[in-house]
Amino acid sequence: MEPFSNAYSLETKGLNLWYGDFQALRDISARIRGGIITGLIGPSGCGKTTFLRCFNRINERYGNVSTSGEIRVLGKNIYEPDVCLQELRKSVGMVFQRPNPLPLSVYENVVFGLRIHSPWGSLPKAELDAAVEEALREVFLWDGLKDRLDTPATALQLEQQQKLCIARLLPLKPRVILMDEPCSALDAEGTKAIEDLMDSLRGRYTMLIVTHNMAQARRVTEECIYMLNGVLVEHASTEDLFLYPKDERTEAYIQGRYG
Amino acid sequence: MVGWIYLCGVSSIIFVFSIFFFVFREGAPFLRDRFDFKEFFFSPEWYPNSDLNKRYGALALILGTASVTLFAMLIAVPFGLGAAIFISEFCAGKFKEALKITIEILAAIPSVVWGFIGLMVMSPLIIWATGAPVGLNVLNGGIVVALMSLPVIVSISEDALKAVPDTFREAALALGATRWQVIYKVLLPAAKNGLLAAALLGVGRAVGETMAVYMTTGHSVNIPFDSRFPLFHPLQSVRTLTATIAAELGEAPHLHPDPSGNYPPEAHHYQVLFVIGILLFAITFAINLTADLVVKGIRRKG
Repeated sequence: MEPFSNAYSLETKGLNLWYGDFQALRDISARIRGGIITGLIGPSGCGKTTFLRCFNRINERYGNVSTSGEIRVLGKNIYEPDVCLQELRKSVGMVFQRPNPLPLSVYENVVFGLRIHSPWGSLPKAELDAAVEEALREVFLWDGLKDRLDTPATALQLEQQQKLCIARLLPLKPRVILMDEPCSALDAEGTKAIEDLMDSLRGRYTMLIVTHNMAQARRVTEECIYMLNGVLVEHASTEDLFLYPKDERTEAYIQGRYG
Repeated sequence: MVGWIYLCGVSSIIFVFSIFFFVFREGAPFLRDRFDFKEFFFSPEWYPNSDLNKRYGALALILGTASVTLFAMLIAVPFGLGAAIFISEFCAGKFKEALKITIEILAAIPSVVWGFIGLMVMSPLIIWATGAPVGLNVLNGGIVVALMSLPVIVSISEDALKAVPDTFREAALALGATRWQVIYKVLLPAAKNGLLAAALLGVGRAVGETMAVYMTTGHSVNIPFDSRFPLFHPLQSVRTLTATIAAELGEAPHLHPDPSGNYPPEAHHYQVLFVIGILLFAITFAINLTADLVVKGIRRKG
């Protein structure tokens, strides 16, 4: 995979978002660097998940969402009319709060993306098999699941399900992976497994992760963005943000006095 | 007080068993004295009133019901499924509510009104469009029954689609699936049991429908096949099991046995209608039971 050519994978300029009359994001300008893990932190309801969901435009599922401002993914404005939503989502993968494998077999979950992005019958079985093995090896599931690829994905343990949800993004060769509190449904062991996985993917994908877990943000991210009431308060390297916050609102949150 | 509530609760069981008991009791003498399995199921000769040679072949009636049901389902299942997909996936807010209420109203239109529409509107239309000599036939009855079974198909299918967790839709969309791919790759497989149950309940509705079918199928004992239409001929008049009961029960004499317990031959007409009732009961019971098991299948897996 080629290295990240432009320094910033995700950029927003003056981004505002409304759910009906309620303004959830206020004038957010952010530049998120390619190939690293950036954390989105802040108290509940501050808009971090909404912000995350802007980058693959999945916010638009709900009819009452309106946005203004600019969002660029890999340098390309994703609100330009020639942008194909399906292609955008192919290059910007998403992992959800609760593992949500599709009600299909493990194998079909992994190849789902390939199948929907290729004309019917155009994928040789060998190619699919190779993609499944590669993706499952990448997320450390291959050894455990290689003999039961046809079991329903919904029957796996939660930790395995979440790994599978990451694995199914990989055959599409995304450049960006968005993660919405990917460990909140998991126990400490599962959390560690997912964090190790994120660590092994570091450098090859731009990852943006929403987390409520401050310790996790410190462990896995290189940079962090602190948000409050729909406003981007501070964006700095994780070390600076946690040790030397510039904004006193960030400091109050970091020290546990607020949120 | 608790006794009363208990009675209300179990009353449906009491009713079902009472009805079954009554229907079976009325039909039993025929089953005992006259019933011939081969004649009843394989002979199209239905002459229960003949003075010299009474014959009780229900094949034509069974095929009448089967052809109307099949034709109705060919229309109602794809159409109802499409409507359910539209309501559940493509519309929201007030329009969705309006559609659902309208479909409920469709279910509330009395059977005889449907029959009236078939008789007065559809029949001339069919004669005009197809050149058939008679407008009361499988086509007419099938369309009317299709419209009548649509509401149950739409509402059960919509429930089944609504029961598919939204996270599945979101997962597929986030992988770059189009709306249609989400529907046929994720929603339909995930909801297939509920959709099958919806179709089965539609079949049950179609088999049991009486008055509208009576008025729109022409009511002639007829096997709706010929050499050109081996499956069935939609422009032939037929008579269904239900319509036969409705039409003939009033004129069949309800006679009592002589002191030694034997019935006169004229009594069999009344009794055979109840045997048809038992057959209908068995068909709808089997369909409902299957639909029920299919729906339970979802829960066990989910």
